[in-house]
Amino acid sequence: MSTSVWLIPAFPLAGALINMLFGRLTGRRASWIAVPALLGSFLAACAVFSRVWHGEIVTARLYPWIQGGEFTTAVSVAVDPLTGVMLLVITGVGFLIHVYSVGYMHDDPGYARYFAYLNLFVFSMTMLVLASNFLLLYVFWEAVGLCSYLLIGFWYTRPAAAQAGKKAFIVNRVGDLGFGLGVMWLWVAVGSLDYADVFKAAGSMEPATATWIALLLFMGACGKSAQIPLHVWLPDAMEGPTPVSALIHAATMVTAGVYMVARSHVLFERSGVALDVVAAIGVATAVFAATIGLVQTDIKRVLAYSTVSQLGYMFAAVGIGAYAAGIFHLVTHAFFKALLFLGAGSVIHGMNGEQDLRKMGDLSKRMMATTITMGIGALGLAGMLPLAGFWSKDEILAAAFFGHRRVLWGLLVAGAFMTAFYTFRMFFLAFFGSPRMSREVAHHVHESPRSMTWPLVILAVLTTVTGLAVGIPLEHGSPFERFLAPVFARLEEAHSPVAALALAVLSVVVVAAGILLAWMLYHVRRVKAEEVGQPRTWVHALLLNAWYVDAIYDRLIVQPLYALSVLLARAFDLGVIDGIVNGLGRAVTGWAAGFRRLQTGFVVNYALTMLVGAVLLVGYLLTR
Amino acid sequence: MTPIPAPPIAWNALLPILVLAGTAMLVLLADLLPPRESKQHLGALALAGIIAALVIALVRWGTDVCGFRDMVRLDGYALFFDIVIAYAAALVVLLSMDYLRRRGAESGEYYALVLFAACGMMLLASAGDLIIVFLGIELMSLSLYVLAGLFKSRRQSSEASMKYFLLGVFASAFLLYGIALLFGAAGSTNFERVAAAAARNPHDTLLLIGVALLLVGFGFKISSVPFHMWAPDVYEGAPTSVTALIATGSKAAAFAALIRFLTTALRPLQPDWTALLWILAALSMTVGNVVAIAQTNLKRMLAYSSIAHVGYMLVGLVAGGPQGTSAILFYLFAYVFTTAGTFGVLTLCERTGGTPEPDGDGAVDVREYAGLGRRSPALAFALTFFLLSLVGIPPLAGFFGKFYLFGAAVRAGYVWLAVIAVLNSAVAAYYYLRVVVYMYMREPEGAAATLAPSFAGGLALAIAFIGIVLLGVMPAPFVELAQVAVAPLLR
Repeated sequence: MSTSVWLIPAFPLAGALINMLFGRLTGRRASWIAVPALLGSFLAACAVFSRVWHGEIVTARLYPWIQGGEFTTAVSVAVDPLTGVMLLVITGVGFLIHVYSVGYMHDDPGYARYFAYLNLFVFSMTMLVLASNFLLLYVFWEAVGLCSYLLIGFWYTRPAAAQAGKKAFIVNRVGDLGFGLGVMWLWVAVGSLDYADVFKAAGSMEPATATWIALLLFMGACGKSAQIPLHVWLPDAMEGPTPVSALIHAATMVTAGVYMVARSHVLFERSGVALDVVAAIGVATAVFAATIGLVQTDIKRVLAYSTVSQLGYMFAAVGIGAYAAGIFHLVTHAFFKALLFLGAGSVIHGMNGEQDLRKMGDLSKRMMATTITMGIGALGLAGMLPLAGFWSKDEILAAAFFGHRRVLWGLLVAGAFMTAFYTFRMFFLAFFGSPRMSREVAHHVHESPRSMTWPLVILAVLTTVTGLAVGIPLEHGSPFERFLAPVFARLEEAHSPVAALALAVLSVVVVAAGILLAWMLYHVRRVKAEEVGQPRTWVHALLLNAWYVDAIYDRLIVQPLYALSVLLARAFDLGVIDGIVNGLGRAVTGWAAGFRRLQTGFVVNYALTMLVGAVLLVGYLLTR
Repeated sequence: MTPIPAPPIAWNALLPILVLAGTAMLVLLADLLPPRESKQHLGALALAGIIAALVIALVRWGTDVCGFRDMVRLDGYALFFDIVIAYAAALVVLLSMDYLRRRGAESGEYYALVLFAACGMMLLASAGDLIIVFLGIELMSLSLYVLAGLFKSRRQSSEASMKYFLLGVFASAFLLYGIALLFGAAGSTNFERVAAAAARNPHDTLLLIGVALLLVGFGFKISSVPFHMWAPDVYEGAPTSVTALIATGSKAAAFAALIRFLTTALRPLQPDWTALLWILAALSMTVGNVVAIAQTNLKRMLAYSSIAHVGYMLVGLVAGGPQGTSAILFYLFAYVFTTAGTFGVLTLCERTGGTPEPDGDGAVDVREYAGLGRRSPALAFALTFFLLSLVGIPPLAGFFGKFYLFGAAVRAGYVWLAVIAVLNSAVAAYYYLRVVVYMYMREPEGAAATLAPSFAGGLALAIAFIGIVLLGVMPAPFVELAQVAVAPLLR
């Protein structure tokens, strides 16, 4: 039976439609529909996963979609281990975040709209990973982008939110242009867009062609997964509600690029060059974003840059061919980053909307559950033994080291040090030290309701146990790797256990050093709010301004383009184009008026026209 | 005394038509019985009959029955059109119920006439003989002439009815003369035998003149340029629900007969009529779209737009072959939902403010639709979708309709015709989107359209809406149906 596959996207789609069409009726009860919809979707995903677990590949074809000459595409899905893992993450984390949202959004006027969008997102995201051809992938690639845009700008009356939505949209257009071209090129080169056909043909594809296609596809991944140079939208996307940041901009949508590269790994491997580009961009982004994360003062922006950085780790992993490690990091990251975002949301909720770390401090006394769970999340992100983040990050570092990419490895270790530092800088600033908020806010601080703390606890448990359960590297790779092996058709070669252990120890030491430094600077020393986030040196200023990338884009791209647009609008458009269009328009309208005069309203004239037509018809047929 | 042998009657071949005709009689009968003050139950009865015919057509899908000495043929092709026609008639009945009541023009004859018109349409779809074609056209047209003049006290309505009648009779004369000449040339009016005669002597002058005259008759019914002049006046004057029937059902039926006639009876003359239809297609598209730009009355605008759409469908006939022909069927299916929906929105809009017309036609001027997006968002949203489908924006039905039509033309080598068609589609976007601009970006001055709530009308819009979305999101299964339907014609 393949019906349970369809249930996975069908539940959230139904939920989205109901809340969209009858939002006025459901109102406060919107979550009564949206949350069970996600639960149903999650259970269906579990059912399908259990079949995949037993080695089955579940495929289903809904209907032939487009049949035009030689171009045919069907709406069809396939669940292999990779998709199975993605589905569990999307629906599982998605369900927890839906539950959390019930508390977080409880007095928002757009309650029904919020849940409709969130359901729509889960529908699109599950379809994205379910799709078994590139066209369907592309459609839902755009659909998740749309949902992201709608949710970033959810509070559209705030100019910053509207701006951020627009920015995310435009930056993603740049990437999706490449993605669209890549898909078209694939069709030209292969003559089919089905994964099976494409990957079979990729083996014998011209390497240059494969390189171009892979790079174009990767351009889309850069946009969606916020990699250099298209990373600029993600930090601004934090203007959306915090659960949205957790679900879309940390756990699921932004990892679509990683999924896509892993899915198309045959194509990227055929090219070789493309894989190196992926690795290089990934490592550069990982380090670059981590440096910016060191100095941010907004709790969500710290997490946003950390997401960009961690996505860089994932791309680095798939770029050096350690696909399973990359996907494993994707999964663990989904858990601990969702946990951190939801924890941050709990803090923001408790502090009445405050996001500035400089105005927090000493929250551990009032928000015990949040502090503990967030501490676990921070350890997970930092990559401390024995949490999930340690195992997944260690896999990537080991793959880089044993793959003889020593430079990449060194950079990634440096990144790990910075990650540990900025994570615990945030943690200490928020939860310990002296309170720096105003008296009224201090009076208000409270722990969040159960619906919000329970998802935190569950995610904390997942963060703790996932690594121990499936991430420990054994002789033939970790259980997780072996599960994914049918998809990637290779296992990382065994390497000396002593060296592996040495690497692990080094990794723990580096992380511990980072945490220690943060502890010394932000806990032992008394923090003065006015000192944090003040540019003291030029390096500090550079980082605070995110390497001035936005300013550079503004100066180099936006402003010249704008100037060109103005020039074209004034000179070319008004003069030439409008001249032609208006001229044509006038001609057509004149013509229309002329024809209209023929329409006299007299039956005799009409009959005469018919007669003339008849004579011409007969004459034409006879003289042909 | 030997008994006179009764001729075998293939009731099966007429089943959907008989159901409709029987229902029409029932409606007339029930009209005499109480309750007299409301006629809603007659509409429901008519609807039940149409649904029964629809179900029969669906159930019989895959069968092929001939009857009456091959004059009537209920094959996959006819069943496909029966389904299309049943949908059109059902939507029109649903749209009419409250519309007529509000205008004080509710009557039992109305529903009976709609049913009789639908009978004629289905007869056209099954016609395997020119006599049946004539019979079907007359049954359909006579009902429509009366329906067009339903608003007796409204001058334009009577005018429309009169014009439609006079010109329709004129066209029927051409048709009949053409049939006579064809009979003279072929010795039979049966499609198969005409085909045999045409194959023997394709350059027979009598035959060619007959074909040209027949095309004049058909050209009138499908309102192709230059036989289109009646359409704007009739569309404008007739009650909007009747306009919807003329624009959807009668057009589909005329196309059904035309396609079957051309592809079976006149296959030997294909180069001749293809060349002729090329010109008619280009003319219809261009004239329809260009003149539509100058219209401010929505019903007139839609009349010209329907002329343009006829041009697009003729492109499919020019392209020919299974792809071109099945593309027309798919297009007609999409077109019925889109057009019924568009006119449906018009029937649901009342004019308020400005100068009220007691027996008027409701809101039909594009300016009255200014600000509708704010006054009734759902209605404006629906109309936007119908118009976008008419423009041909994916993923709505209209897009795939055009995609398959123009694709077939390109593949058959008629690249220039496809180019003309695409350019025309671009022109069309202007006047369709202008309505959308008015609804969302302008404020009303003076008279304004407001929603007149109607459950049946809303249901019709919902069906039409689902239709265009479904055909747009999953076109392939319906294209397959259309391909199965045209297969017997092209053997």
